[in-house]
Amino acid sequence: MPQPMGFFTDTTVCIGCKACEVACKEWNQLPARNGGVGILSGDSYDNTRQLDGIHWRHVKFIEQFSADRQDGRWLMMSDVCKHCAHAGCLEVCPTGAIIRTEFDTVVIQSDTCNGCRDCIGACPFGVIGVNPVSGTPQKCTLCYDRMKVGLEPACAKACPTKSINFGPIADLKEMARGRVGQLREAGENRAYLYGADETMLGGLNSFYLLVDKPEVYGLPPDPRLPSRNLEPSALWSTLGAVVLSIMGVFHFRERGSGPGRPEGVDV
Amino acid sequence: MSSTFFTASPQWRWFIITYFFLGGLAGGSYFLATLMARFGAERDRPLVRLGYLVAFPIVCVCGLVLTVDLGRPERFWHMLVQSHTFRPMLKTYSPMSSGAWVLLLFSGCAFLSFVATLAERGRPDWAIGRKLAPAAPLGRVVTGLGAILGLYLAGYTGVLLSVTNRPIWADTTLLGLTFLTSAASTSAALLILLGAWSGLSRDRLYRLERFDRSALVVEALAIAALVASLGRIATVWLNGWGVLLAVMILGGIALPLLLDWGRPAENRPAWIAPGLVLIGGLVLRMVLVLSSDRLS
Repeated sequence: MPQPMGFFTDTTVCIGCKACEVACKEWNQLPARNGGVGILSGDSYDNTRQLDGIHWRHVKFIEQFSADRQDGRWLMMSDVCKHCAHAGCLEVCPTGAIIRTEFDTVVIQSDTCNGCRDCIGACPFGVIGVNPVSGTPQKCTLCYDRMKVGLEPACAKACPTKSINFGPIADLKEMARGRVGQLREAGENRAYLYGADETMLGGLNSFYLLVDKPEVYGLPPDPRLPSRNLEPSALWSTLGAVVLSIMGVFHFRERGSGPGRPEGVDV
Repeated sequence: MSSTFFTASPQWRWFIITYFFLGGLAGGSYFLATLMARFGAERDRPLVRLGYLVAFPIVCVCGLVLTVDLGRPERFWHMLVQSHTFRPMLKTYSPMSSGAWVLLLFSGCAFLSFVATLAERGRPDWAIGRKLAPAAPLGRVVTGLGAILGLYLAGYTGVLLSVTNRPIWADTTLLGLTFLTSAASTSAALLILLGAWSGLSRDRLYRLERFDRSALVVEALAIAALVASLGRIATVWLNGWGVLLAVMILGGIALPLLLDWGRPAENRPAWIAPGLVLIGGLVLRMVLVLSSDRLS
């Protein structure tokens, strides 16, 4: 039985080269937006802007500078599907197209998916989007095809600074904790791990070392499963159904054989 | 900031809004027809017939718009059957999965009651139609089941929105209740409208009008509770969507209530109040669906 596999992304060593984005696009044969016509976003060096059906890796550029530009820093982060241990997308998928693999990763089977897009709204991280070629939602597969033959995912292979680390989750967590300790010893007390423990959706199989609040990186501070709302929503609806039924019986019941409306209001 | 603001939109737009609206009308009309058949009088029969006659065509349109909205419409059956094993596909904890089954089963009940209603007038003169009449034993089973499924169809769409991670939708658990109460008011309005157009006297429509007024009051309470449950997130409606919601509440709930309260105006056309209620129901779904979609 294969071990759970995943990514540990150390954002402190990301240099924003986008080799991961390119490797991902190349290996997975993902199309370019606008037929490849370059349109600058005006948002730092980020021109792909988001994770979606054709961008399964996305390098974020966060510029934190003082008004006079004398003080500041760059934050760069290669984002990807988190392959959550408790995955919202997998939970809601009505066709069974989204599966958990033997590597504990989450994969959308494009030949089964019918494009209802429920998974897109259910993902707490907004990583899924429609691929215009297949007409179905798609996202990172953690290179399932490469893992099946013992290769590491294309993005991790291409990363020149080892910002993206691939391996068994247990090993990655040990490595990540060591790296946080190293950074704190060096004076970077803001370093912490996002998604490494089980309190966040049972643990993210792609977790991060960050040096600022999650929101700064565009990550939700408190991601949760969509099913949290199922029971209360169903209960309120059931209560509403009972009230409407009682109202209906009250209004429609036959009370004797007299006229259906009060005296004096005939039209 | 709520974590729901870090998600992506599923881009459910006009087909889905149409489905939510029509699903409420189909389920609600069937439910009201069954209530009138069970507890009403002989004078309610024309409205019972109207309810069953509209539910089936409307639910057919529901299935159509849902299928068209899929990225791969030819795979619509994957909702019901596992494409690799051909076993039934059902996830009870996924509102979309259970909703697909309810839509199918409700369509079956709606079809049977549609046939029974046609057979009631002898067009066609089918024996099975008489057995399916609401008063017959088999008909009681079909209409009873159909009424429950109709209520489910009318309300699950709101639950479906809440069981996501999208802003507004996942920030409240009252969307199902809101859609359900709106389905009750709009389907009563539809039957009043069709009843008036088919020549039924105001006397025959009176009890349905009275139910519609009560449903509108409950709907207004549900919307107020929904806005309150959103807390600070409701500030995302401090824009055109909020204005549209306010217009919906005033024009689609308050105005019909004022028009119909007490003695109905003899010289006012019967379609004005129900027409406003129907438009209000559509606008309500439009605001709830699209205002979240724009927050991506």
